[in-house]
Amino acid sequence: MDVLTLSQLQFAATGMFHWIFVPLTLGLSILTAWMETKYVTTGDEMWLRMTKFWGKLFLINFALGVVTGITMEFQFGMNWSEYSRYVGDIFGAPLAIEATFAFFLESVFIGVWIFGWNKISKKAHLTAIWLASVATNISALIILLANAWMQKPVGYVLRNNRAEMENFLTVLTNPYGWIKFTHTLLSGYALAAFLIMGVSAWHLLRNNENDFFKRSFRLAAVWAFVASLGVALTGDFHAVEIAKTQPTKFAAMESQWETKRGVGMNLLILPNASQECNSVEALCVPNGLSMLAFHDPNAEIKGLKDFPKELRPMVTPTFLSFRLMVGLGSFMILASLVAILLSRRQNLERQRWFLTLMVFAIPAPYLAEQFGWLVAELGRQPWIVYGVLKTADAVSKSVSATQVALSLLGFTVLYGLLGAIDIFLLIKYAKKGPDKNLSTIINVQGRA
Amino acid sequence: MDISVFQSIWFVLWGVLWAVYFMLDGFVLGTGLLSGFLAKNDTEKRVLINAVGPVWDGNEVWLITAGGATFAAFPTTYALMFSNLYSALLLLLFSLIVRGVSFEFRGKLESAAWKGAWDAAIVVFSFLPALLFGVAFGNIFKGIPMKNDFAATSFSYDGTLLGLLNPYGLVTGVLFVLLFAVHGSLYAAIKTTGDLSKRAATLANKLWLPLLVVAVVFLGYTYPATKLYGNFLKAPVLLIIPVIAVVSLLLVKLFAAKGECYKAFTFSCLTIVFVVFTGVTGLFPNLIPSSIDPASNLTIFNSSSSLLTLQIMTVVALIFVPTVIAYKIWVYRIFRAPVSNEDVLGSPDAY
Repeated sequence: MDVLTLSQLQFAATGMFHWIFVPLTLGLSILTAWMETKYVTTGDEMWLRMTKFWGKLFLINFALGVVTGITMEFQFGMNWSEYSRYVGDIFGAPLAIEATFAFFLESVFIGVWIFGWNKISKKAHLTAIWLASVATNISALIILLANAWMQKPVGYVLRNNRAEMENFLTVLTNPYGWIKFTHTLLSGYALAAFLIMGVSAWHLLRNNENDFFKRSFRLAAVWAFVASLGVALTGDFHAVEIAKTQPTKFAAMESQWETKRGVGMNLLILPNASQECNSVEALCVPNGLSMLAFHDPNAEIKGLKDFPKELRPMVTPTFLSFRLMVGLGSFMILASLVAILLSRRQNLERQRWFLTLMVFAIPAPYLAEQFGWLVAELGRQPWIVYGVLKTADAVSKSVSATQVALSLLGFTVLYGLLGAIDIFLLIKYAKKGPDKNLSTIINVQGRA
Repeated sequence: MDISVFQSIWFVLWGVLWAVYFMLDGFVLGTGLLSGFLAKNDTEKRVLINAVGPVWDGNEVWLITAGGATFAAFPTTYALMFSNLYSALLLLLFSLIVRGVSFEFRGKLESAAWKGAWDAAIVVFSFLPALLFGVAFGNIFKGIPMKNDFAATSFSYDGTLLGLLNPYGLVTGVLFVLLFAVHGSLYAAIKTTGDLSKRAATLANKLWLPLLVVAVVFLGYTYPATKLYGNFLKAPVLLIIPVIAVVSLLLVKLFAAKGECYKAFTFSCLTIVFVVFTGVTGLFPNLIPSSIDPASNLTIFNSSSSLLTLQIMTVVALIFVPTVIAYKIWVYRIFRAPVSNEDVLGSPDAY
């Protein structure tokens, strides 16, 4: 394989691995902060135990999110040096701002939160977790604004053999980034809520700490439903934005080959990329796709055949990832709605079939996140900056295929090992349940 | 203001970010690489890890900021530095990843084999970054074998990983390892109690002489191996920078021998900062010189961002760097008390 393919594989592998940990960090940090707030305002010790238990799972996950993030920054220079040189004037600024503004806050105050239980007042301790989780969320916003610039480049001018900044405010207010941010953030909240529901369900099935896990389940069910619904809603806005700004991505997501007006939406499609058509098209919702794309039943949708072959993304994987993401998202809305209804009952622990389902549902939002990432990044190909710079022109020239092959191998082994250990530890601590010994918790709850 | 003013501001900031990173992560790396020799049992290992526990993550962010600032202010340098030093940076990256998770994972299972493995990982993957940073900076001081045509945007590099392991690169590597080792043992001395603290102070005293020897070799070897002395000879007033580095290094010993480890640590902070400043001052206006062709040097003038980006980044830095420093000082004050055996044994939150 050549440097380009290997570097793409490496970026996909390291990016998707990083993306296992980030959504949970986004969601669980806020949920932990929420629980601690309840504890500080009500004084109810159950909330403190919840903060400690879910916070522990959050921290095990957080460490890998942080260390794998450094890889992403380094890789731009290591594997994509032509990209870095060409767009660094615009793309470097958000990365540097993320570090000085958000990443510092997050890392410093996570330390305060972990080690500060008996060193600072309750309120200061609560502030630490809020600062850390808000910083995490801001961090996601800045990174997604940088990514949005690759999807929909704005506020730049091509000059001196590179893209130069012309209007920073336009870069910061790129609607593509803000929609994607809301969509991604809510998906992280939903993911964390599903994790809490799944782990709680596991304990409820064993009649372990029922009060603790019922309360956790109830709280998470509400978050999961509101967040999943929000994900769908912002997903719709996002699709509209994509249809407007990235017609090839949109056509690949829907496997739309011909340019037409008033396009219907086929619920069942089997793309046939080699014949440039769909082998199966069935269950058509009339005018559905035009409606979805432009909120107008007669809108014209560009088909892939309107674009030269070399400017189209890979259709089948983009299409399938999109369908799977939407399918999983729909499942999450339904499941969390049922979860809310059932969690209102006193005998939640007896709803065994549903609790079992929720244990097995833990991977669903994780898969949806990965498919979402694939839609976004595969759908943009062959561009690294849509319409401006091709991925093939962005790769490092002074790096050899052997070097990248070795580094890819290294990442696979290292990440595989760390991922396995992390999942093992998460499961171990999730199964162990909350600390039974209230006195150890109360001893460290800090000065008043 | 002229763009060259902003380019110079960012050159200074570039140096400051690296200096602060080495000053802060230096003691974490140093404590880590010595933890295998200083601690006699599991509790003492935990004390050492918890001594850096609340701050290591925040300290590492200075590296990410230094990287991000290079990307934003000098994108061409960022691109060429990271792709030309590919294999070395990959090793560094792996080391930093393993070191980070080692702190987090070590205490999560009650098994001697598990803990032993992570203990070894902490030592090895604290030592490697210290060495690799030194090797990388040594090679930057020396210049790397690259040919750049900025007008045609064509860049080429002839180096290998083994090529980086030249004698001067290795001397700088050993210098960094010893600087961080002394720095880390002084940190351990002031952040722990009792016997462990005394052993750490003794170790700092023992390591000081080898550090001095290597520092002298480094300063001497720099003359034939690099062009760093050029700027100092042109403007001798700049010699104050290496002089502060040397005087600080001597004061480290003076205070360490008297057992005044706080003062010794303060001066080892100064030593590290001024060693970095010495290198950076010698480089100016280069960020990375070419060892084969002076016209290929990456300078602040031919590799920087546009004026607008530099201006935006300056405003960002003016707002956030002081803020970060302010809350970090607050955090260091919260955790100023030394960590004792009782602290880690009695706290479920400790590593």
